[in-house]
Amino acid sequence: MMNIPCPFCGPRNEAEFAFGGPVKPHRPDPNAVSEVEWTQYITTVPNPLGPVEERWWHVKGCGTWLTIWRDTRTHDIVEGPGDAG
Amino acid sequence: MQVDRLGGGGLIDRTKTLNFTFNGRPYRGFEGDTLASALLANGVRLTARSFKYHRPRGIVGSGVEEPSTLVELMGEDASGNRPVTTVPLREGLVAKSVNCWPSPEFDIGAVNQLFARFIPAGFYYKTFKWPNWHLYEPSIRKAAGLAGAPVEAPKSGHFENRYAHCDLLIAGAGPAGLMAALAAGRAGQRVMLIDEGMQAGGSLLNRNLTIEGKPAMDWVATTVCELDAMPNVTQLQNATVWGYREHNFVMVNERAPEHPSILERNWRVRAARVLCSTGAIERTLVFGNNDRPGVMLASAIQAYVNRYAVRPGKRAVIFTNNNSAYGVAADMAAAGIDIAAIIDSRETVPDAARAAVPKQEILSGHVVYSTHGGRLVKAVSVMPSNGGATRRIACDLLAVSGGWNPAVHLWSQSRGTLAYDEALSTFRPDTPVQNAISAGAANGDLTLADALRSGAEAGAGGGKTPEIPASDDLPYAVEPIWRVEQARGKAFLDMQNDVSVDDVHLALREGYDNVEHVKRYTTGGMGIDQGKVGNINIIGTVAIQKGLPLDEVGTTTFRAPYTPVSFGAIGGIREGSVSLPYRHTPITAWNLANGAFMYESGARWRRPGYFPRTGEGFQDAVNRECRAVRNDVGVYDGSPLGTFELKGRDVDKFLDHLYTNIMSTLKPGRARYGLMLSDDGLVADDGVALRLSKDRWIISTSTGHADAMNAHMEEILQTEFPDYNVFITTVTSQWNNVTICGPKAREVMEALGTAIDISPETLPFMAFADGHVAGIPARIVRVSFTGELSFEVNVAPRDLLALWEMTLEVGAPFGIAPIGSEANHVLRVEKGFLSLGHEVDGPIDPYDLGLGWAMSKKKADYFGKRSVALRRDGTTNRRELVGVIPEPDRMIPEGAPLTPGGERKATEGFVTACVYSTVHDRWVGLALLENGHSRHGETVHVRLNEGVIPARVTPPIHYDPEGERLRS
Ligand SMILES: [Zn+2]
Repeated sequence: MMNIPCPFCGPRNEAEFAFGGPVKPHRPDPNAVSEVEWTQYITTVPNPLGPVEERWWHVKGCGTWLTIWRDTRTHDIVEGPGDAG
Repeated sequence: MQVDRLGGGGLIDRTKTLNFTFNGRPYRGFEGDTLASALLANGVRLTARSFKYHRPRGIVGSGVEEPSTLVELMGEDASGNRPVTTVPLREGLVAKSVNCWPSPEFDIGAVNQLFARFIPAGFYYKTFKWPNWHLYEPSIRKAAGLAGAPVEAPKSGHFENRYAHCDLLIAGAGPAGLMAALAAGRAGQRVMLIDEGMQAGGSLLNRNLTIEGKPAMDWVATTVCELDAMPNVTQLQNATVWGYREHNFVMVNERAPEHPSILERNWRVRAARVLCSTGAIERTLVFGNNDRPGVMLASAIQAYVNRYAVRPGKRAVIFTNNNSAYGVAADMAAAGIDIAAIIDSRETVPDAARAAVPKQEILSGHVVYSTHGGRLVKAVSVMPSNGGATRRIACDLLAVSGGWNPAVHLWSQSRGTLAYDEALSTFRPDTPVQNAISAGAANGDLTLADALRSGAEAGAGGGKTPEIPASDDLPYAVEPIWRVEQARGKAFLDMQNDVSVDDVHLALREGYDNVEHVKRYTTGGMGIDQGKVGNINIIGTVAIQKGLPLDEVGTTTFRAPYTPVSFGAIGGIREGSVSLPYRHTPITAWNLANGAFMYESGARWRRPGYFPRTGEGFQDAVNRECRAVRNDVGVYDGSPLGTFELKGRDVDKFLDHLYTNIMSTLKPGRARYGLMLSDDGLVADDGVALRLSKDRWIISTSTGHADAMNAHMEEILQTEFPDYNVFITTVTSQWNNVTICGPKAREVMEALGTAIDISPETLPFMAFADGHVAGIPARIVRVSFTGELSFEVNVAPRDLLALWEMTLEVGAPFGIAPIGSEANHVLRVEKGFLSLGHEVDGPIDPYDLGLGWAMSKKKADYFGKRSVALRRDGTTNRRELVGVIPEPDRMIPEGAPLTPGGERKATEGFVTACVYSTVHDRWVGLALLENGHSRHGETVHVRLNEGVIPARVTPPIHYDPEGERLRS
């Protein structure tokens, strides 16, 4: 059971959270992208062997949707590319 | 008669005699015994039959490593497949061996031995593969004879879970664990010291060692006392750390905790640091017929002699490759066991070892290559390792010691790496991955002095190390021997699964040369003991055969649980109604008192399905309830419908993105039906939105989808539109409602009494008004899920029962009837109202459902718009919602497939619902049918096993297609 840091509640047991899946790129304007781009956005979910940015919902806590970087090989919660500094 | 109980000594309480039964015979033992020690004390040696060949087997070990004798406990605390060595003796215990019928002395399955050469490794995989393994598995399992699951839940108590946090969790209260607890406890850390034994001490319980010149157990007692007095230290005995998960989350199974009504407690502990001081396990030696009763681990014999005052034999041979067996020999001799010979595979025996038994005959450079006897060993055959004259030595006990393996299971579960240690000839902990450390024998510190020191250092964690007490112990030295090459007869590597050296050789010959493949092909190490005494010998055998060093062969993966854990303990109190509680509305008690047939109908709501009157069957009751609504008036409790209040400046913008149709144009006081899609164009939900004021709304969702829609709305709000000013509050349980529906609903409303003008002109369909009904503060909403004139009277939960009872009272003259979810289903099917999970599945979009009008053309973007357009682009043969009338008149099961002409062809759709319509006095249904919108009037065919049913295609609305009744 992972120990997930909630920005409001601190580190809490994974059992308090619902998994929200890997973070996709920002939703594009559907009228400004091609069919291929839209289909890519809808169907392609990041699934790396290694760190992945993903969402968790603190549903049995404060209700916040939060983002963590998790290493899929180890479950370690790691620093994301944007976290440094 | 406890014929083999020594006259004195041991940690047993001879004043407390315990009666027990094993395989139908009565015996006696003492408080402090295990079932194994009590059986040995009673002279019982043949205790089991083996899994595959039904060979006679005895007790081999003294703890969790026991590979041989599994028992089934009978009676109230029934449980199966328990290693006999881990069952504490208690008054009235009834146990029997598994794998043998009717008894280990006369075992019918033993005939398998005659066919042994026909049951090699992989036999099952090769033989029972057509049509598939699952066809054979049940009968093979039965023949194998492991114990069945208990039939009944234990009556005497319950299981529970507990969560805890600590600075240092110590697994194992042996010398290292105790020293670590002292160090960390004195430094004020929050410590949990957890030990699988009935009392602390670990190996010191079984050995005659001294600390500071006094018996080592005196030091254990003093230490436990000091720890007891520390409020920051929690000590658990009879508790196993069985799982080590990510983020230093550790699972502990505590058996028989202090409270009498708790059978077992499963702890989930988040520890800042974990110390694996789990000791070491002696490994067996591999030679011919090394499984005969009377062949035991040397360390186990030491435990029986010292701790339980039991003599497991009268005349013993000891076979070893290391020093530790010499300490055992001294203890055995002191207990009066005649030692015929010590067979040491090493050419040179260290003087320190010899000094433990100065007068003993030692055959160095020799091996035992076979044993003799039937149900008990009678003699062993011995020869020099490098060939020469053989010799037969009579004995009734053979002590074997193949060296020591650190118990690295927990360490490995933490993902810490292992390294092969040449000097110790074993794998020991190397690099930690999580915040874990290892100390004592578990770390390869195999003498008492080393264990005390490494424990103290680990506990101190860089802080002040307590003084290390002086101790005596033999220095450890070993020369590995993975199998005796001269073995004659079956030489077992894994006794529990009957895996011999030949089986491993066969697996290698057949190409299964990775150690993980060898494990699965031979099943070696896959028993309940998980190969605690034998796995290393399998690795060694593979290494010899492949000509590789052991560290290149590697180990198989160590997985939780370390020892068996009952499902009850994992589940805890989450059983029966507690595991997934039902949701109730405030009138559940009324429903039950009035004979409602209650069941779960989505999202854990327990609702009335129907209200049968005396003598009424299911269909009669549902028909009567439907007629009440269509002809007079009915009433139901609509409280479970998902209800959310949305507040904020940007709710209208948000709802325009959420729903396919435009919500922002809705005026306060009015309601609108809407459809929600996921962004990939699937129908997510439908429901009604009410605008209370400019920036305050109430929206409803399907009962079963309320939680999912809540997650969906919160996610998009917090991640896609974080700048929107919208707050969502779940108010499903804050707004309950009584829904009065039917042609006489308005008369019932008037009888209840309200100042609100409920005329169709002032309060039309899809309008609502706040006020009082029958003196109760209420909001009346004109929506309809039945197709009739409906008033949804929303009130606070505390008022629901009163309003419900009053409605039935004043409605009685109008023929009012409470209706359940079954009648509701019939009424909505008659109206062609869709139900998620029935008419809506993956490929279906709003156009298919005839809801294309709800797909806004004006809005540039909303969830699902682009995807629906993409999906429809160029596709043909879409499945569309239609009505079906079975001809002849009969019921069609939900989900029944439609095929062209009823032939055995690809389906062209399926029936989503079929109900008995009281307005038509016949069965009517809904279906999703390829190009259904253009096929009204055609006959389609339902293909069932029992035959083909023709059905006429109609529009999906079977009743009041103009909707005049619900607008009335
Ligand atoms: Zn939180």
